[in-house]
Amino acid sequence: MSTVPRPLRGLYSGNLAAVLERGWIAIKTQNWVIIISGFVEPVLYLLAMGLGVGALVGDVAGPGGKPISYAAYIAPALLATSAMNGALYDSTTNVFFKLNFAKLYQAMLQTALGPMDVALGEIVLALLRGLLYAIAFMILIAGLGLATSWWAILMIPAALLIAFGFASIGMGITSFIKNFQGLDIITFVMLPMFLFSATLYPIEVFPAAIQWFIKAMPLWHGVEMMRHLSVGHITGATLGHMAYFVAMSLAGMVMTTLRLRKLFLR
Amino acid sequence: MTERVRRWGALYHAEHYLLVARAFLWTVLLNAIGTPLLYMVAMGVGLGSLLDAKGTTVDGVSYLVFVAPAIMVATSAQSAFGENTYTVMAGFKWQRTYYGPAATPMDPSQIAWGHQIGIAIRYLFQASMFWVIMVLFDAAPSVWSFLAIPVTVLTALAMGAPMQAYAATLDSEGAQFTTIQRFVVMPMFLFAGTFFALSSMPIYLQWIGWISPMWHGSQLARWASYGLAEPWWLRVVHVVYLAGLFLLGGTLAARTYRRRLWS
Amino acid sequence: MSTAPVIQARDLRKKYGDFTAVDGISFDVMPGESFGLLGPNGAGKSTTMRMIGGTLARSGGQLTINGLDPEENGPAVRAHLGVIPQQDNLDEDLRVRENLIMYGRYFGLTRSHLKEKSQELLEFAQLTEKADERVRELSGGMKRRLTIARGLVNDPKILLLDEPTTGLDPQARHTLWDRLFRLKEQGVTLIVTTHFMDEAEQLCDRLIVVDKGSIMAEGSPAQLIREYSTREVLELRFGSSRNEAVVDQLEQLAERIEVLPDRVLLYTADGEATLEKVTQAGLQPVTSLVRRSSLEDVFLRLTGRTLID
Repeated sequence: MSTVPRPLRGLYSGNLAAVLERGWIAIKTQNWVIIISGFVEPVLYLLAMGLGVGALVGDVAGPGGKPISYAAYIAPALLATSAMNGALYDSTTNVFFKLNFAKLYQAMLQTALGPMDVALGEIVLALLRGLLYAIAFMILIAGLGLATSWWAILMIPAALLIAFGFASIGMGITSFIKNFQGLDIITFVMLPMFLFSATLYPIEVFPAAIQWFIKAMPLWHGVEMMRHLSVGHITGATLGHMAYFVAMSLAGMVMTTLRLRKLFLR
Repeated sequence: MTERVRRWGALYHAEHYLLVARAFLWTVLLNAIGTPLLYMVAMGVGLGSLLDAKGTTVDGVSYLVFVAPAIMVATSAQSAFGENTYTVMAGFKWQRTYYGPAATPMDPSQIAWGHQIGIAIRYLFQASMFWVIMVLFDAAPSVWSFLAIPVTVLTALAMGAPMQAYAATLDSEGAQFTTIQRFVVMPMFLFAGTFFALSSMPIYLQWIGWISPMWHGSQLARWASYGLAEPWWLRVVHVVYLAGLFLLGGTLAARTYRRRLWS
Repeated sequence: MSTAPVIQARDLRKKYGDFTAVDGISFDVMPGESFGLLGPNGAGKSTTMRMIGGTLARSGGQLTINGLDPEENGPAVRAHLGVIPQQDNLDEDLRVRENLIMYGRYFGLTRSHLKEKSQELLEFAQLTEKADERVRELSGGMKRRLTIARGLVNDPKILLLDEPTTGLDPQARHTLWDRLFRLKEQGVTLIVTTHFMDEAEQLCDRLIVVDKGSIMAEGSPAQLIREYSTREVLELRFGSSRNEAVVDQLEQLAERIEVLPDRVLLYTADGEATLEKVTQAGLQPVTSLVRRSSLEDVFLRLTGRTLID
C-alpha cells in the first residue's frame, strides 16, 4: 500500500485482481446468450451487406487503390465498429447501471478498494471481452478468405487499442451523465459515426468539408487502420491512425482519473 | 359513464400513452426523424453515389429511390421493438402503470389495444415526417408515394403486436429482450431486402426475408413509392400477412392482459 | 483514560447545490465506544456515515479516522471499517456465499481464509442452508442479515451501522443487538444511526441527536433523558376534538406538556400521582398510560417533532 504515490492513495489500492475476479464469476453465472450475441451483430452485418450490397457494388478500391471485394472492404470496418460499440457500452450504459441501479460500485467502494481499482477493472474486463470477439471475428473473416495478409493478425491488438481509446473516454463521459436520456445521446453519436466513417463506402463521395469532419472522428481512424492491416498496406498513415488512438487513450485516462471522484464518490 | 369507458377505454389508454411520450419528446423526435434521416443520407446518398458513379441501378431506379421507402418501413418497424418490450414490462412490473386503469371499469384488453393505438399514432407521425424528407430528397417519384405511410404503420404494428403478446407473458426481464433484439429484429432488418433486393440473396437466406414483416412492408412501400412490379397475388399476400400478424399478436396480447390484470 | 479518539469530526459539512445535508457537526468517538446518531429520516445521518467511509466527498470541515483523512486515504481507512449501509447493496449476480467471499477479496484477504470466515458468517446470519442460492431469491430479512454479515468479513475495528434493523422482525432485532453487544465486548467501536429510540437506548453508550444537519444535543441516553425530560410521562387521549380544549387545565398539573394530534403528553416525576390529579380536576380522558421517559421525548423537546412522522 505504501508504494502507491500520494495523490492516488485515496483512489487506488492496487487490488485490481479482485475486481477482475468478481467480473469473471459474474460472467460465469451470466446468460451466455448475451455474451454470444455481442459477436453476432458484426457477423450479420458482414453476411447481409457483404452478400447483398456486395452483389450490387462489386469490387471497390481498397487501401492503395487496389480493388478488393466489397465484403473484404467492410469486414475490417465492422471489426473496428464492434470494438467501439462494445467498449462504449461497457464504459457508459453498463457503468451507469451498476452505479445507480445495481449499487454494485457502492458496495465495492465500502471496502478497501478505491475508485481507480474499480475503473481499471471495468476497462480491463471490457478489453478482455473485446479480445474474445476480435479473435472470433478474425477467425471468421480468415475462413471466408477476406483477410489477405499476415498483417491481418495485428487487427486483434488493433481492436484492443480502439476499444481502450473508446472505453477510457467513455468512462470519463459517464461521470457527466445524470439520467438515461443522457445515455441516449451517446447512442445518437455512435450511429452516425458508424454510418459515415468509411465503414460501408468510401468517404470520397462526400464534399471535402464533410470529409474533414469525418476524419476528425475517432472511428474513421479505427476503420482505416484496420483496413490497412487487413490487406497489409502499411504506410505512414497507418501509424498516424495508431497514434490517434494512443493519444485518445491517454486523454481518456487523464480525463477519467480527474473525474474519478465525481464519478464514484457522489 | 361506465358505458362510455366500455366503449372508448382503448382510446383513453392511447391518450395516456401519448401523454407519457410527450415527456420524452426529444428522444422520440430524434428516433422518429434523426435515425431514418441518417440511414437515408448514409445509404441512399452516400452508398448510392458510389453506385450511381458506376451507372448501377436497382429495379430500374436509382439506389436512393430504391432504399428510401424500405428505410421508412424498416426504421419504424425497428422502433416497434422498444415500444412493445421495455414499455410493456414497465406497465406490468417496473412502474405498474397498468394496474391503475385495471381497477376502473376499463377492460384490460382495452389497455392492450389502446397501447397499439397510441404507438400507431407515433408511427403515423414518424412515417409522415419521413415521407416529407423523401419528397425533399426527390426520392419518391410516384404521386401515390404517400400510401407508403399507412403501409409503414401497418408493418410496424405487425412487427410490434406479437412482441407485445410475448412481453406480456414475462414476469421478469432476464436476457429475453436483448435476445429478441439481436436474434430476431436485427436479422429481420438486415436480411429483409432493405438495402438490396431480397432475390440477390442466396436462397437459403431468403426465408428470413419472407417471414420478416419488414420485407412485406418494404415491397408494398416500394410499389407505392416508385411502382415496383410484382404479381397482384403477392401484394395480397403482403397485406394479409401483415394484417394477420397484427391481429393475431393483438388478440393474444389482449388475452394475456386480461389474465394478468384480472387475477 | 487519555487514549486518542478513533473518529474525530470538526465542523463537518456537506452541501448538494443549495441544499445543506450536514451543517457543521463536530464529535469525537473513543475506541471501543458505541456511538449513536439519532434523528429522523433526512437528518443527515447517512450522509455523515458515507463521509466517514470516504465514499462521499465532504464540502467542508475536518475528519480523521485513526488519524487519517478518509478522502486522502480511502482504501487504508476502509481496510479497518465494516460498513452496513441503510439499503442493502448485495451483489445480485453472485450467490450468497460468493457475496461474502468476493467482498472479502476486495479487502485483499486470501481465499483460504475466506472459506472459513464465510462459513462462520453464514452461521452468524443463519443462512448456512442458503449458501448456494442466488441473492435475488432471498427474503428481505435474509438479505439484511447477509448485508450485516458481509460487513464483518474483514474483522473491522470500527463498524458503521446505518439503520441496521430496518426491515427485521422483532426477534431478529434482538438477536442482532445481542451480537453487536458481543462485538463491542471484543473492543469493536460501533457507530450506529437510527431513528428508533429503543435501538439507540439499547446500543449506544453515547449519542448525538441530529436534526436538519445539526447537532441538537449530546450525551448518554440516561443523561439526555435526565437533562431534557422528566422521569415519567403520562399519555392522555381525550378524543381528537377535545385535546385542545383541556390544555389550559392540564398545564398546571405537569412540569411541561406536549400536545400531539392524537394525544397529550404530561411530563412529570410521578405519572400515577399526576393521573390522580387529572381525575380530581374532573377531566375524564378516554385512555391513559404512564411510562418512563424515552429518547423520543428528548427529541420532541428539542425539535417539537416526533422521530417517525
